[in-house]
Amino acid sequence: MSVITAENISKKYIIDHKHKAGGPSTFRDVVSDSIGKIFSRKPGHSEYTEKEEFWALKDVNFTIDQGDRIGIVGHNGAGKSTLLKILSRITEPSTGQIKIDGRVASLLEVGTGFHPELTGRENIYLNGAILGMNKSEIKQSFDAIVDFAGVEKFLDTPVKRYSSGMYVRLGFAIAAHLNPEILIVDEVLAVGDTEFQKKCLGKMRDVSESGRTLLFVSHNLTAIQALCNKSFYFEKGQLIDQGETTHIVTNYLSKVSHKRMERHWDDIDQAPGNDQVRIKSFRLLAEYQDNLVHIDVRTPMNFQFEFWNMEEGANLNLSMHLYTFTGECIFNVGTESQQFGKGLVTGVCEIPGHFLNDGSYVVSMMIVKDTSTVVYNMEEALVFDIEDYRENVTWYGKWPGYIRPKLNFSIRQTEHLVND
Amino acid sequence: MQHSITIKAGGSEKDYWKDLWRNKQLLWILSKRDISVRYKQTLLGVAWSVLRPIMTMTVMVFVFSYVAKLKGDPGVPYPLMVLSGITIWTFFANTFSQISNSILINSNLVSKVYFPRLLMPLSSVAVGLVDFLITLGIFIVFTIFFNHPLSWNIIYLPAFLLLTFIASMGFGLFFAVLNVRFRDIGQLIPFIVQVGFYVCPIAYSSSLAKGTWYEKFYNLNPMVGIIDGFRWCLLGDKAYFNPDSIYSTAIISVIILIFSLIYFRKKENTFVDHI
Repeated sequence: MSVITAENISKKYIIDHKHKAGGPSTFRDVVSDSIGKIFSRKPGHSEYTEKEEFWALKDVNFTIDQGDRIGIVGHNGAGKSTLLKILSRITEPSTGQIKIDGRVASLLEVGTGFHPELTGRENIYLNGAILGMNKSEIKQSFDAIVDFAGVEKFLDTPVKRYSSGMYVRLGFAIAAHLNPEILIVDEVLAVGDTEFQKKCLGKMRDVSESGRTLLFVSHNLTAIQALCNKSFYFEKGQLIDQGETTHIVTNYLSKVSHKRMERHWDDIDQAPGNDQVRIKSFRLLAEYQDNLVHIDVRTPMNFQFEFWNMEEGANLNLSMHLYTFTGECIFNVGTESQQFGKGLVTGVCEIPGHFLNDGSYVVSMMIVKDTSTVVYNMEEALVFDIEDYRENVTWYGKWPGYIRPKLNFSIRQTEHLVND
Repeated sequence: MQHSITIKAGGSEKDYWKDLWRNKQLLWILSKRDISVRYKQTLLGVAWSVLRPIMTMTVMVFVFSYVAKLKGDPGVPYPLMVLSGITIWTFFANTFSQISNSILINSNLVSKVYFPRLLMPLSSVAVGLVDFLITLGIFIVFTIFFNHPLSWNIIYLPAFLLLTFIASMGFGLFFAVLNVRFRDIGQLIPFIVQVGFYVCPIAYSSSLAKGTWYEKFYNLNPMVGIIDGFRWCLLGDKAYFNPDSIYSTAIISVIILIFSLIYFRKKENTFVDHI
């Protein structure tokens, strides 16, 4: 039985280029604009160039059956949050209609409406009411909420004195005790510590196992894969694919990453470089696992570099830097220096699987002469993403660290306590 | 399932008012929040809400009756006339400004959860009402001081309070919507309140307008009838009050309220796009 039916949902925003996009305008602006228009020679002309329509969602159609657990994936600005806002009735669609059967609770933020001056106790009632619980429901689950959040001692302290962890825990605890038929959750895992994330995911699994409907937006694909049986993939406001989660996630990963895995220049005169060297190509060759088409933490890779040497008998070596996307250098490796004749030179660097952690990486390549002079430095030669992959793990938080080596690390029982 | 909704563009929902009624507990909790927050933050707490009207009233009485030497209606102590005017005007002015700002103040809620948006202006009336009751108590102390006992007309007081509520909602909702769309409207509101203070018969009696060319226009202001009526309730028949004006006051207030409600309902589903 379908609980949500959406037909031709679109949401249009007007971006005003003259003012801050989407921000509030002032009455003064409107008055001065219209006065300006009266006196302007070309009435209304400038207005059309300044205002631009932006479709946050365009002709979205779907049905969701009872008990479905839908993961929603897509890049930032793909329209995921707009969809959730429309489903939770925070804003209305510009066109189309949605039929919803069942009580909806949406958790777009943890601790919505918490007032810093009020105590934990008062905020439980306030937030519960805001989320749509009635007083008797809150009373019933009050102890469970306090227990789940672990804030017994601070119930009568204003929440402005809470640590951010306590604040988030209390907020989620209240939301977790909602009993909706349809639960909408937006990226709440981004906050809180790992302990908290575990609780969140456990609670969401309870919801889904009890036959209720779940809509879940997250950038954490591991969590989506663990929780959701079906997924929607949004791109530029359109629902471009839907179906089994594993299928959608694979499709998403192969499409969206901002990677630059192969570059080559066929014309030597156009190629980057100088009188001494010219770049021919960069290539990342991955040995994909399990017929996947994306790189995950298990995937071994080869970086291949080709350049033309223009100077006979030059002593050259390659030096490669690997950076995180935020610019920290993870390592720098170099080849032996060697004498080359004019012509094509190829360098290969092997990166084993189970070495780098998940994330985005940038490779830069230096060509060095006589082990001291940089002849040419190619910044951002390659850009690639490594996706997360886990087995036999029930924890879905971000794996810490730059590298994630698979080391020989084992445990065994070395002594048994003898019971007399 | 019994709980079924349809979301569509411009879809003002059929059971909006039912929804509002279902959320009456939330209205109560939001009102309680506003009241407790107001008195928690200040050092003097509740004392503050007593001190402030006493100070305002003392200054007003001193300025208007001893410095400016204005006279009120015959048979009514002038200070009491000013004080009763201030009491009801403050109620109107506070509720009006709070309603106008209610959506913006709660913008964190507007952008994260759904409930009938009308709850926010409605709940913001509560603080004004509590303040009003305190001021009314102080006023009664003043009547004892000036030896002018309260009139039995006071039984009509709830009717005038209701009218004040309707008028402040009528004006407030309109500005609440404008305030979301244009941020500088917020700066206009204190100014409107200040002008209103002199336009309305607070420091003087509206009998002064009787028979003048502008009387008709003057009486179009619903607050004129309300203030006169409120005074008549507290101070008795000697205070000037034209009972006929109550009809025009009621009709104008209700028309403004209906117009504002329609405007508010039309815009409320897109508030979040402007916040």
